[in-house]
Amino acid sequence: MRTIDPIHAIAAKRWGIALTLSALMLVIYLGFILLVAFGKPLLSILLSPGLSLGILLGALTIVCCWILSIVYVLWANRGYDEAVAQAIAAATTGSGKKS
Amino acid sequence: MSAGSNLLAILFFFVFIALTLGITYWAARRTKTTEHFYAAGHGVTGFQNGLALAGDYMSAASFLGIAGLVALNGFDGLIYSTGWLVGWPIILFLIAEPLRNLGKYTFSDVVAYRLQQRPVRIAAVIGTMAVVLTYLIAQMVGAGTLIKLLFDLNYTLAVVIVGVVMMTYVLFGGMLATTWVQIIKACLLLGGAVVLAILVLAQFGFSPTALFAKAAELNGKQVLEPGTKVVTGAWDAISLGLALMFGTAGLPHILMRFYTVPDAKQARISVVWATIWIGGFYLITFILGFGAMVLVGTKQIIGVGGGGNMAAPLLANAVGGAAFFGFICAVAFATILAVVAGLTLSGAAALSHDIWVNVVKRGHASEREQLRVARIAAVILGICAIALGIIFQGQNIAYMVGLTFSIAASANFPALVMAIFWRRFTTWGAVTAIVLGAVSTLVLLYCGPTIQVDILKHDLAEISKQWWYFPLKNPCLITMTLSFLSGIVVSLLKPEPAAEAGFAEVERRAILGAIPDLGPAAAKAAPAQ
Repeated sequence: MRTIDPIHAIAAKRWGIALTLSALMLVIYLGFILLVAFGKPLLSILLSPGLSLGILLGALTIVCCWILSIVYVLWANRGYDEAVAQAIAAATTGSGKKS
Repeated sequence: MSAGSNLLAILFFFVFIALTLGITYWAARRTKTTEHFYAAGHGVTGFQNGLALAGDYMSAASFLGIAGLVALNGFDGLIYSTGWLVGWPIILFLIAEPLRNLGKYTFSDVVAYRLQQRPVRIAAVIGTMAVVLTYLIAQMVGAGTLIKLLFDLNYTLAVVIVGVVMMTYVLFGGMLATTWVQIIKACLLLGGAVVLAILVLAQFGFSPTALFAKAAELNGKQVLEPGTKVVTGAWDAISLGLALMFGTAGLPHILMRFYTVPDAKQARISVVWATIWIGGFYLITFILGFGAMVLVGTKQIIGVGGGGNMAAPLLANAVGGAAFFGFICAVAFATILAVVAGLTLSGAAALSHDIWVNVVKRGHASEREQLRVARIAAVILGICAIALGIIFQGQNIAYMVGLTFSIAASANFPALVMAIFWRRFTTWGAVTAIVLGAVSTLVLLYCGPTIQVDILKHDLAEISKQWWYFPLKNPCLITMTLSFLSGIVVSLLKPEPAAEAGFAEVERRAILGAIPDLGPAAAKAAPAQ
């Protein structure tokens, strides 16, 4: 009944990247938490005086949040926003013709 | 803390109150419709909303609680610092844009979009109120304790002052005033934390590792290692981690802020800014915590009382003197005010927009009536907040907030995600997911060590023999799974063809937003629009 819906394609693409990045975030954070829970000796290693691996990885988790967010915004700027704008334009002119 | 520093703190505090009440007066003259009251007329920019989100989110628990946790326990506080940030990318990827496109004022708009309005909205309001009330308790208790310590004011009086000022913002200025209170607070908090961190690091040659090394030298190497005080076991750590991560994406007062921007793209931009500010702040908090450990000392922090929450203000006193102490105290106070205002507004929106307008009046209520009901709800919530603040006195606020996040992750987040993503999600699936998530969190919390051992002071060895004893401090691992599973099972057992048919519309509108050509299906699916 439904032919290829361009909006469905846009949605599928967005969910694809959104789920991938969410999964990455989950893996990074759960990885950190699991290390805290099970890898105490590992996280206790001192990389330099005062800097344990645990503190470094904690700070890197925060940096990863920034990086993943910026990756998503760059992805959205590179095509997604334009595709949405085109779909909106198509939908509004389509309704104009009908009425 | 001399009388002089108290006076300065009070002076800074009055300047903040005067400024924000001035803004409230300005905002009140612009707040004539529900669109202004709930969503600041959708006129907030992405950058502004990013700051306001940060102001809405960074609670007293973030600032005072984490600094205190780190000052007393070292590394373990970091679990909260990272956990409270990792939810933001999840909001960005999964929630912010569809939410802005699908909803009007509350997250229930999105969950109920293609489902039967009344049952879903009632359930969503249960989820909202559970989060809002528990979070209000944490904030009000924090406010009372803090002001008692800072200004030497009676606890009850302090709670009443916070409640009344916050009610004034919300009642008269609505979302517009709340937004600017949150923006100013975010700037003050970020600015204050940066200056404090610079003053601390200046004593260690601007090297954070030199500070950490000194902390290890004074308090033992274990302050740089995962300990046992904050997280008692592996499963506790995972459960707490999940609660912090997904709870953020289920906080109604945060979700509500996405309606203040004009479109989905601005919603996206606002999350990115919020992530940058909040992440930067949590990195700084770590320096503040270790700074307090070294420069103030754990003995003195415990001696002052407040369960470690005074670490940051005491640090300000140690490195910046009385004036800076006063400033940081006022900032901490502003922090609480901004968060409780956001909470109260989202609670008022749930009671008036979801319950009164969409459940009681079935979507037919005049602007005047809606606005009046929203304001009455705000007053009721303000009074509740004051009463709860007085009833629940003397708890570590960081702890309490962790529990709030568990409810948000187990009740609101699963329903929201399934409503946006899953074609076969049904009305009763949504109701079950929310209600079971909220109820199971409260029940398992009560049967767990948090209530039984920490609050009721039962003997752990004794109580853990009981058949109903639940061993996790934070039940989120079980309750969030339960919420998702029950939502899926109920939806599959009893399919709802109308809801499934409405999904194409959800998918379309989640991407495109509310464009004119939505057809009759949209009008039927969302009578409140």
